[in-house]
Amino acid sequence: MELFWYIVLMTMLTIYVILDGYDFGAGIIHLFFAKKEKDKKAITNAIGPFWDANEVWLIASGGVLFFAFPTLYASSFSGFYLPLMMILWLLIFRAIGLELRGQVHNKMWESIWDKAFGISSLLLALFFGIALGNVVRGVNLGMVTDGVSTHEPHYFFLPLWNSSFSPHAEHLGIIDWFTLLLGVIGVVALTIHGANWIIFKTNSDLNEKLKKVVFNLNSVLLILVVVSLFIWHIIEPKPFHNFITHPWLWIFPLIAFSGLFGLFKVKSFQKHGMGFLFSSLFLFGGLASTVASIFPKVLPSTNAINPDLTLYNVAAHEYGLSVGVYWFVIAVILVIIYFTIQYRVFKGKMDDVGYGEH
Amino acid sequence: MEDMLFYDRMQFAFTITFHYIFPQLTMGLSLMIVYFKWKFLRSKLDKYNDAAKFWMKIFALNFAMGVVTGIPMEFQFGTNWAKFSELTGGIIGQTLAMEGMFSFFLESSFLGLFLFGEKLLGHKLHFLTGFLVFLGSWASGYLIIATHSWMQYPVGYEILENGRYVLTNFGALFSNPWLLPSFLHNQMGSVITSSFVVAGVGAFYLLNNKHSEFGKLFVKTGVIFGLVSSVLVAFPTGDLVAKNVVKHQPVTFAAMEGIFETEKGGSEIVLIGQPDVVNKKLDNKIAVPNILSFLTYQSWDAEIKGLNEFDESLYPTNIPGLYYAYHIMVGLGTIFIGLMLLAAVQLYRKKLYQTTWILWTLMFMLPFPYIANTTGWYTAELGRQPWLVYNLLKTSEGISPTVSSGNTLFTLLGFIGLYILLGLLFLMLAGKIINKGPETAQQH
Repeated sequence: MELFWYIVLMTMLTIYVILDGYDFGAGIIHLFFAKKEKDKKAITNAIGPFWDANEVWLIASGGVLFFAFPTLYASSFSGFYLPLMMILWLLIFRAIGLELRGQVHNKMWESIWDKAFGISSLLLALFFGIALGNVVRGVNLGMVTDGVSTHEPHYFFLPLWNSSFSPHAEHLGIIDWFTLLLGVIGVVALTIHGANWIIFKTNSDLNEKLKKVVFNLNSVLLILVVVSLFIWHIIEPKPFHNFITHPWLWIFPLIAFSGLFGLFKVKSFQKHGMGFLFSSLFLFGGLASTVASIFPKVLPSTNAINPDLTLYNVAAHEYGLSVGVYWFVIAVILVIIYFTIQYRVFKGKMDDVGYGEH
Repeated sequence: MEDMLFYDRMQFAFTITFHYIFPQLTMGLSLMIVYFKWKFLRSKLDKYNDAAKFWMKIFALNFAMGVVTGIPMEFQFGTNWAKFSELTGGIIGQTLAMEGMFSFFLESSFLGLFLFGEKLLGHKLHFLTGFLVFLGSWASGYLIIATHSWMQYPVGYEILENGRYVLTNFGALFSNPWLLPSFLHNQMGSVITSSFVVAGVGAFYLLNNKHSEFGKLFVKTGVIFGLVSSVLVAFPTGDLVAKNVVKHQPVTFAAMEGIFETEKGGSEIVLIGQPDVVNKKLDNKIAVPNILSFLTYQSWDAEIKGLNEFDESLYPTNIPGLYYAYHIMVGLGTIFIGLMLLAAVQLYRKKLYQTTWILWTLMFMLPFPYIANTTGWYTAELGRQPWLVYNLLKTSEGISPTVSSGNTLFTLLGFIGLYILLGLLFLMLAGKIINKGPETAQQH
């Protein structure tokens, strides 16, 4: 039962990253590449009717985490207190930037909310990458000092950074050079992803330029990914252990790299949705590979005293998990119906929707 | 430790109070928009569709505010109340996860279609999307109140040796006797808010002699919805909620009503007075004899336990706060019934649109349902203190063990700053939409 809910949760989080990821990416493109009003309009049209529903995947994932793995929810949310609060504030800024921009027709008003939307999208992509880095690196569970736990073994607290910025320090910070590297990968990957979505959903003049951007950033991404794989060896002595015992898991890195290499052909794609498909494959494969690598850990311990949190020692009780399957299956069927309807009504190019005009 | 508990409670209280300004209008207004759209489908009169479209603009703005201030609520269970989440997550996580899966997906998927899809969908399907948004928002309220009810009156659980709460009966979460009265009471409260907003904006138009056709429609609709909901919020729903409190939380009931001593021969109902907790009495009291006994037990001389019958360790932590919250809610509720009744009589006599003093009153009453709803929630929440799960888990035992008070104060200050900005923006933009007024079909 734990395993079922673990797969459900990971799937939901991956869907969230792929869906809200293109919103963040579109925001970054908006910040750096959209100079003309027409281009900005195209970008907000492309994500307008979707972003709110996409964000629900985050909330729903949080709900499933809370209900199925309450100990992990309690431990990680209190331990990552400050970055989570900042993510909340950024989500608020981003949302009001998008929703309020069109309410008043004034150049200054519009440029303020453009910046709010763009900068918070950029920082969110960075923060989510850093968050992934923290989960991979692990934390000082039980807040061990001088060989003694100062708290219950599943609780911890991390400041934003420590003075050394090192993932090897005894008292870790959220941001160190390793997690920052994953943050940058997050920004680059989601920028590519967002650009692909804009190409997919609009006929904007920006599209030709964006194809070049995707191509160039893709080279950067490839280098960063290779570097991070080497560094991973320093952090975690046996990162490929699971892949050796279960060779079928190689399918995930394979998917990730086929997405990554496929994108180098971005300029010759006939169908506009192809780029988006490839960047989605990269995100899916990359996240699944990470999960496969640390399985069954959900939050590794960096000290020798307290054990890792695994999906088995953080789960709720059997009865609750079983009864949840009934309502969850019904809910998933409904969600699939809603999304089919939504994407059907708003299929094709979004240039004429007129999002945010009042 | 004391500081930590204080800042954690302040942050939750501040963020939930601010958040609930928006959903109460969302839930009530979605019902009224669906009503306007339905009237349009039946009558084919453009004014109903124009009215629906006008309120959809306010709704969209309000909904966005509700979403962005709602996400921090779910996060805070884990960030600030980690111990509570760890211990009870297997139970309250059920209803909260269901809220995400059932109502948020429903609302958010169809809101986009509702706001931008009128031309693409045609009027009938457009009505349907509006109805689904309404359904989603009410389902959300239902599941939140199911969670709330479990904290007030825990059912279907077992406590393990390590202190964890384990769900043993899923159905009990929904057959909880606390749930249905509280849900209906709360929903009627939100319909009151939307009725006063719609009627208040209508009165504003009539008094300004602009958009008069819509002014009349809004005042009329607001008054009819307002009268029905103001009555229903008191009876039977409010009455049933109070009976749950007197039965299951008698000490809370005594504190709410300001009864320090059990009275022989029936309890009076306190209208006004200031509780003096140290000397255990009510100063400057105005009260009517025997009414409380009658309202509670339908018998003039029924005995109601006063605070003197309970051990002080069981007292709600903030008796004056609880007492005032409850009395403000009840006082405002009574005024709402009176005002809406008067307005409805004038409407029936076809004189309402000319009775300017009622129109002025309707306009100025617009903020008060927000206060009544907020103090109603304060009554429920302060009434449960010092318990997080009634009689089982203390609030002080639920906070996150590793988050320092300095960090919580930092984020509390951050939320205060951010929400002041949000509040100002909301008022400015809502004012702009209202001042511009509805557009008629001919203008399009």
